[in-house]
Amino acid sequence: MVALAVPYVLRSDFWLGFLITVLLFAALGMAWNILGGYTGQFSFGHAAFFGTGAYTTAVLHIGLGLNPWLGLATAAAAGGLVALLVGYLSFRYGLRGSYFALITLAFAEVLRILANSAEFTGGGVGLYVPLDLGIANLQFADKAGYYYVALAFAVLSLVVGWMLERSRLGAQMMAIRENEDAAQALGVDTFACKLKAIVISGALTGIGGAFYTHYYLYIDPGIAYGPGVSVEILLVPIIGGLGTVFGPLAGSAVLHGAGELARRLMGDAPGLSLIFYGVLLVVMVRFMPEGLMGVVWRIRRRSETQADA
Amino acid sequence: MLDPLILLPAVINGLTMGAVYALVALGLTLIYGVLHIINFAHGSLLMVGLYGVFFLHRAGVDPYLALVIMVPALFVVGYALQWSVIGKASHGSDQNVLLVTLGVSIVIENLALYFFTADTLTVDTPYVFEMIDLGIALVPLPRVIAFLSALVLAALLWLLIARSDLGRAIRAVAKERQGARLVGIDVDHIFAMSFGIGTACLGAAACLLLPMFYVSPHVGHVFVLVAFTVVVLGGMGSFSGALFGGLLIGVTESVGGLLLGESLGQIGIFLIFIATLMFRPSGLFGARLS
Repeated sequence: MVALAVPYVLRSDFWLGFLITVLLFAALGMAWNILGGYTGQFSFGHAAFFGTGAYTTAVLHIGLGLNPWLGLATAAAAGGLVALLVGYLSFRYGLRGSYFALITLAFAEVLRILANSAEFTGGGVGLYVPLDLGIANLQFADKAGYYYVALAFAVLSLVVGWMLERSRLGAQMMAIRENEDAAQALGVDTFACKLKAIVISGALTGIGGAFYTHYYLYIDPGIAYGPGVSVEILLVPIIGGLGTVFGPLAGSAVLHGAGELARRLMGDAPGLSLIFYGVLLVVMVRFMPEGLMGVVWRIRRRSETQADA
Repeated sequence: MLDPLILLPAVINGLTMGAVYALVALGLTLIYGVLHIINFAHGSLLMVGLYGVFFLHRAGVDPYLALVIMVPALFVVGYALQWSVIGKASHGSDQNVLLVTLGVSIVIENLALYFFTADTLTVDTPYVFEMIDLGIALVPLPRVIAFLSALVLAALLWLLIARSDLGRAIRAVAKERQGARLVGIDVDHIFAMSFGIGTACLGAAACLLLPMFYVSPHVGHVFVLVAFTVVVLGGMGSFSGALFGGLLIGVTESVGGLLLGESLGQIGIFLIFIATLMFRPSGLFGARLS
């Protein structure tokens, strides 16, 4: 309810833009979290799904006039399809841990090179979505419209995560994360289960890519498939807390809040906010490997034991 | 078929570039072989080395003479990095190491961007355009030097690991951490030594590379995935594999660029990478550092 009222209270475009970024990356972070946090398969190439979603809707909208709202759906399908391919090839051949991280990175690079060379993606120049304001066209005169779409996307991702956590599939995914061989020995079809996780994750990430295209009205191979996106997506749940429902939201808020603060304090020099992200990543892994949610739990547990005593 | 007059120079060109890839990959494969970690910061540490050589050159030091300074300097950087940051933050988990080295590389790269801006810099030396006539093709002198140095460096590394006491300790740690600790080897020190030596290789690579290449904050990206490909292809932890893999990748890229054009040519590297990971993750040579 509070989230719905925000645009009426907060009339600043800057802060709405900030919230849109936070919500978009919270949703993307949750998508990564489903595969990385719950299932324990760290992907370093989520840009493969993000970029595919972004390009699918851009190409279909510009070339065939497909409605952007339907574009979000096709982007989900396309992201899921690429995820199915990547997942099938990697899991079929038993790639785990570092090897899985590397192969996802390589797939994203292959797609980046293809997008850079192909004709219909506009090559290195990228694609511009023509300006045509209207709700039917997923283009809004002010940021409030985009805010609601981003909010809906974040809620969708969080609900998917929340439902997964309570489902049979979710339990199997967590069993794989804790000990894959043991899970298999207990009769979990680990291959099918990991495939489902990566497809759900890829489909959600594809929607995020499509939203990005229609929000910024521009996409190019470096933005869509570059390593920057992959890294930003994985930072969110790692900072917030792996395998938790609210971790990605907390992580996204802290990450982008800190980035914004760095920009405010030290000026908008190139690379500055990224230095901050990198330090944050190292510090989190060093001192809070369970993320922000882990800290929240620890505090809650401590206060509970004190209450008992 | 392609005219051999076009193909042969492309192959030679690829072999010399491949030698540089091999140089970069040698350090990476050593770090993997001992610590069993994927070092994402490898490319950015190479970038640090390249800036080092660039500023030394500006101060009047020839890039090849800079070897004497850069190799020990990067050894210290690598040792300190593993000792103070990576080892401490990893909590013994491979995935944490991935994240920490990723974080380190983001920091290094963007510090460079902040201080040196995104400009692409090159050095100007009298011998840059000097050519060596190999009968079938003219090859720039720096490329010939890089090629020969890669062979020498690979041999030196092999000697160090196979023949010295330090090498014996490194192999012991690589094979059996607990056992090595029990017989009195300081495992954390050996980890840091391995990381330092692997980074020192980058110091050498930077000195040999800069006369024929450029430096910018993002130059590491060009090499990091290629180096991973080389390491995986050659077999993680195998020096001869890294050397052979580097040359093969160099030729693939060069010939691929000739057939498919510059931007699409690189795709061959990644397809090889994906195929190797899928079908032969232990690499062509498969041998571990043991």
